Amino acid sequence: MSTAEKLTKKQLKADHPTWCPGCGDFAVLASFFNVVEKLQIPHEKIVCVAGIGCSSRFPYFVNAHGIHFIHGRALPLATGISLSRPDLHVFVFGGDGDGYSIGGNHLMHAARKNVNLSYVIMDNQVYGLTKNQTSPTTPLGHKSKTDPRGAIDRPINTMAQLIASGATFIARTHATQVKHMNEMFERAILHPGFAVVETLSECTMFYPGAFDAGIPRRGGVFDLVDESARDMESTAAAMSLAEEDFPGKFGVYYETRKPTKNELEWKWIEDARAAAPDLSDKDLLRKRFAGMR
Amino acid sequence: MSSASAPALRNAVIRLAGYSQDGIQSIGAFLAQLAGSTAQDVMTYMTIPSTISGGPSIFQVHLGSGEVLHPGDEADTLVAFYQDSYNNHLGSLRDGGICFYDSDTVTELKEERDIIHIGVPFTSAAIEAIGGSAKDRGKNIFVLGMLCAVYKLDRERLTDLISRKFGRKSEDVLRNAMLAFDAGYAYPVHDIRHMPFAPGENAEANRISTDGNTMLALGLIAGGCRFGAGYPITPWTSIMEMLRSELPKYGGSFIQCEDELAAVAMAIGASYAGHLAVTGSSGPGLSLKSEAIGYATMAELPLIVVNIQRGGPSTGMPTSVEQSDLMQAIYGSHGDSPRVVLAPRDVEDCFYTAVEACRIARDYSTPVVILSDQAIATRIEAFPEPDLEKFWIEPRLDLSACPADCKPYPLDRITRHAPPGCPSPEGKYPVVTGLEHDEWGHPSANPVMHEKMTAKRRDKLIEFANSLPAPQFFGDEEGDLLFIGWGSTYGPIKEATTKLREAGHKVGSLQFRRIHPLRPGLDEIFARYQHILVPEMNDRGVHGYGQLATLLRAATCNSKIQSLNKVQGLTFRVKEIHQAALDLIG
Repeated sequence: MSTAEKLTKKQLKADHPTWCPGCGDFAVLASFFNVVEKLQIPHEKIVCVAGIGCSSRFPYFVNAHGIHFIHGRALPLATGISLSRPDLHVFVFGGDGDGYSIGGNHLMHAARKNVNLSYVIMDNQVYGLTKNQTSPTTPLGHKSKTDPRGAIDRPINTMAQLIASGATFIARTHATQVKHMNEMFERAILHPGFAVVETLSECTMFYPGAFDAGIPRRGGVFDLVDESARDMESTAAAMSLAEEDFPGKFGVYYETRKPTKNELEWKWIEDARAAAPDLSDKDLLRKRFAGMR
Repeated sequence: MSSASAPALRNAVIRLAGYSQDGIQSIGAFLAQLAGSTAQDVMTYMTIPSTISGGPSIFQVHLGSGEVLHPGDEADTLVAFYQDSYNNHLGSLRDGGICFYDSDTVTELKEERDIIHIGVPFTSAAIEAIGGSAKDRGKNIFVLGMLCAVYKLDRERLTDLISRKFGRKSEDVLRNAMLAFDAGYAYPVHDIRHMPFAPGENAEANRISTDGNTMLALGLIAGGCRFGAGYPITPWTSIMEMLRSELPKYGGSFIQCEDELAAVAMAIGASYAGHLAVTGSSGPGLSLKSEAIGYATMAELPLIVVNIQRGGPSTGMPTSVEQSDLMQAIYGSHGDSPRVVLAPRDVEDCFYTAVEACRIARDYSTPVVILSDQAIATRIEAFPEPDLEKFWIEPRLDLSACPADCKPYPLDRITRHAPPGCPSPEGKYPVVTGLEHDEWGHPSANPVMHEKMTAKRRDKLIEFANSLPAPQFFGDEEGDLLFIGWGSTYGPIKEATTKLREAGHKVGSLQFRRIHPLRPGLDEIFARYQHILVPEMNDRGVHGYGQLATLLRAATCNSKIQSLNKVQGLTFRVKEIHQAALDLIG
């Protein structure tokens, strides 16, 4: 079976992506293939989940079990998969609109519940699939079709929001920095619990140059978080990183080990099963009926 | 009626009126449980205020030696705890009925009708019995003891039920309850004492008594459902509370979500992952879930959606009954999104409907909506324990390898998804999607493909409709009038049918448990009757017909179909249906 063979990037490739030429998401896809190949995750245990948006087309481009859901609800869907099937490796992909706007509430709750999954947010600071509207991360003053005079609503501080939500692994990377991106994805996958990687991924069509300030070959600075000098479990320290001006630091902002929702639910099941170890499910229900006589 | 040789009672409707914190629900529940365990039949009816604590509340218990189909049009006995309960509910008593009132709080009014008034100091007598100053505590159990004596109920069984319930709390609680019960039992209510109840005739073994939401939750477990997700909303909440504590015993879990959208998404996620899952809600929550239900239709995933209907639209009347979500259950989503809709007709049927819903969802890879309502959800009935040898679906996670021609959406057969974890010997893995797609799950905007896939999703429901057994009539299979009912109108319609037939009319009734799709062949059935009447607890709408009546008229073009509508947040009385039928038959 497939589990016995070595998994290769080639086996993971599916349809050619429908993304525009130059889209940052190509690099994210390539990086995902690299890391999955390196970690040799059993092919049939990989599940790619997405909502709606350009980046949410991701599952079609990966040859693995995948589910393309409705706008903003990829996280609760992935939670249902993760909790009911702890044997699977659940990956969620989406953009800033899907994750921070229509799905914002779910992001907060999946994070605080510490559901075991890896979530890659491809932030391009604009709505691309619907062709250039303001997104929740669009900087002030940027002109779009819904803000022709420039964005007037303050953008979300995504890192601060993720920290406040209680995610247990929070990293930030840039789609042009492949080695760094690989490292962040790998650590996110290996983290038990809710791991999120905010990935700046440029939309060449509607917001070209958005992230140049973080790209050295375009004259920007790609400045890394110095983990050796930091308490990785300090939310205050993470928050001070999140407060830095753009382009800010890249790397792991926060990392801690907390019981996962999966572990806590499973513990309940084990305890409940231990209370009546000799009864079949059918007998349990019969016993319940007997109490209603 | 005061004579000792009076014939034994076959039916009694007892209405308890007070405040929700007085424990009148527990008197009712004890009476119902007693009836269930002594071969009597029972149906209860309650109103609950939608306030956080307190507020006027009633609990009505209809006890019968034979079949009991409704909670009772009029009460034989009223127990009033306060002046306003007395004032507001005296009218519910039949002529010749008995009113017990708390003489500590109620002043008797002049009543023209022939009603027997008996003042009993519930409050002070209960305090005296228990001792100390336990304010108001125990007066419900005092009243229970009194009713036990009045109706000559099985005292031993009743005290046994009380000890089972209160014994778990503490010895003090149990001792006080028994003191209050004995005091009520011994309280001299004079000549009213001679009202012995006829022995029950429902001799099936292992009768149980409980409410509809409990049976629905247990039915889902028997149907093999091991994962669920929900958000609290009345009157659905008790199902999620029960599944949250029950499912882990069966190796499953139920997750409380941040909102209704997350709940339906999580359930779809678990279903996709190979475990049939349930989500549920009441009216407003179903509205929120609509988009995702359409996804389950499009992606062809099994899913159970429970909707415990209440008064709408919007927040409406959260603790009152209504049947106004039928159209939403069938059509509520954008696009053509066919799904199966089932409606249990009583408490017992909640169990069987849930098991059937699980089977259909799996067999046809489709969302199935279970439409119950507030009345069925909260009332207590007695019935035989389900036979799990016949009604049990073993949960199964099928992780066998994807077949070589692993088309996730074949046009020529019903979709069977390979959940994640299934290896693919061919090395090609499926993507499940809400975009219109071809047979391989690739997004497709091809006009012909959209038409073919739409037809596929529709035709599997037609295949299901064709597999349904012939409908079961009650009463005449041709004649003057056919009643068509769905959901909790079942009891009053059946009773009205019996009454009309006893008066010489040829009347039949059909209760639709599977509302969508409908089994073919209705035209032929409808042709056998002069009139067709559809009683429904929803509005007649701008065209003059209730929701099921509208659908039936559209499906059959039969102009004989008429509606009887009620939107008071109350169930039908038998006499309302009876009268409407007489008006039609003439």
